[in-house]
Amino acid sequence: MTRSDSAPVVDIRGIYKEFEVDGSRTLALDGIDLAISPGEFVSLIGPSGCGKSTLLRLIGDLTGPTRGSIEVNGKPARQARSDRDYGMVFQAPVLFDWRTIEANVQLPLEIVGVGTDERRRRASEMIDLVELSEFGRHHPWQLSGGMQQRAAIARALVIQPKLLLMDEPFGALDEMTRERMNSELLRIWERTGTTVVFVTHSIPEAVFLSSRVVVMSARPGRLTHVIGIDLPRPRDESTRELDRYYELVTEVREALKAGRGPVTEESEMAAEFGARVSPEHTP
Amino acid sequence: MMRRLGYYAPAIAVFVGGLVAWELLVRGLEIERFLLPPPSDIAGALVGEWPVLVEAGTNTLIEALGGFAIGLVAGLVVAFATARFALARGALMPFAIAANAIPIIAFAPIMNNWFGVTSPVSKMMIVAMLVFFPVMINTVRGLTSASPATLELMRSYAASEITVLRKVRIPAALPYFFTAIRVGATLSLIGAVVGEYFGGSSRALGRFIVENASFLRFAEAWAAIIIAASLGIGFYLIIIGLERVVMPWHESMRERT
Repeated sequence: MTRSDSAPVVDIRGIYKEFEVDGSRTLALDGIDLAISPGEFVSLIGPSGCGKSTLLRLIGDLTGPTRGSIEVNGKPARQARSDRDYGMVFQAPVLFDWRTIEANVQLPLEIVGVGTDERRRRASEMIDLVELSEFGRHHPWQLSGGMQQRAAIARALVIQPKLLLMDEPFGALDEMTRERMNSELLRIWERTGTTVVFVTHSIPEAVFLSSRVVVMSARPGRLTHVIGIDLPRPRDESTRELDRYYELVTEVREALKAGRGPVTEESEMAAEFGARVSPEHTP
Repeated sequence: MMRRLGYYAPAIAVFVGGLVAWELLVRGLEIERFLLPPPSDIAGALVGEWPVLVEAGTNTLIEALGGFAIGLVAGLVVAFATARFALARGALMPFAIAANAIPIIAFAPIMNNWFGVTSPVSKMMIVAMLVFFPVMINTVRGLTSASPATLELMRSYAASEITVLRKVRIPAALPYFFTAIRVGATLSLIGAVVGEYFGGSSRALGRFIVENASFLRFAEAWAAIIIAASLGIGFYLIIIGLERVVMPWHESMRERT
């Protein structure tokens, strides 16, 4: 190891991302700088259309930046993707109906070219970790939405990535299931020590899970606040009762409001033309 | 086993009841036998003409299966090439969809002219054309049916195009493919028999039906129709069976698992 342990897992520098829609260019991300250290759990939160999913997809090299650089594990994002340095969980579980849960979890190992026995062993380990042991031979459509998403998490973790990218993974679940999945995810995160970047639009979810919450503003997307979450770990259901939890939820909510800025006709028009409205940068 | 029997009992009852009603109506209303022979006459013709019918049925089945195989292979080859290249897809699909909507059986006399009236090849070519279009169109749709999210997942694993084809596109295309060959199985017997109507060896079901009908031997014609129908249904059932073996996971199979 030439790099020290504190070398960032994700290093985002001066990222601009423009989209071209019907010939007109829209600025989606406007000068993003962010470094994420090993073992951190970082949530990206912001109003819809703020580019938080785009930022996640940039880290995963599922799309490229217009300007700027992204390094993952000290190498360009593209190289990190080729090296299978990260696992990704999407809002939909994206499991294959024709495969059992076991076979779905084995998929990334098949692609990498791991042998059958090793594949079985590692997949069943991950299936145990997400507590789906009884359902390995079931097909995805025989499982509930929450269970399917757990299988998707097992699949993302089976290649033992240093980085887990999650794009609103629990967004389609009901509130009760979502809270249970939040606790599950923390347990898995503590067991594996994986660095997590987590996109959400739920304030309680972001506060409960994260070590840092990154607040973004809408169109063009900018980082407006980075809020350290100093709630004690391990966190469980009782964490949601702490006074500090409520304070932090309020803090994130206020930050989101500030990021949106006063909604006037002028600011809306300015936002539409991609100009800087309220440069309130407090990283 | 008993429950299965219970499941099929109503259908069997309708079938037997239908035959009895047919027999009684023809006899009771004294319908002329050349208009509608009673089932007992048709059964008699089946027995009496059995060796001829078996030979004719075999020849027609060979035409149907041969044409089915040609149409299937050609449809798959063109589908894979077309699905791979967006440009080819844009250029070919409109024509394939249009061709699928025309009555291809109208080409039968032309095929007879090209490949020889008495040759089974001319019938195979009609069948191949009938089978080609549904196979090609459905397979292209299937191969391109993978959701963007699925493809993004594969991209996140830096999966090669061939891996995506093997692990995603082909399994996703299977339901579409089976829909096509189920249609194709039925079309192949229609194509072979109707193709024979336009001329060909008399030792085939289509010619047998035409020739016996022209001599008012309708019980024999009906017997040949029953053979053709049985072959068509048998072929269809084999495809269904194959479908269950190949993709037991598919939605249409779920209620039975």
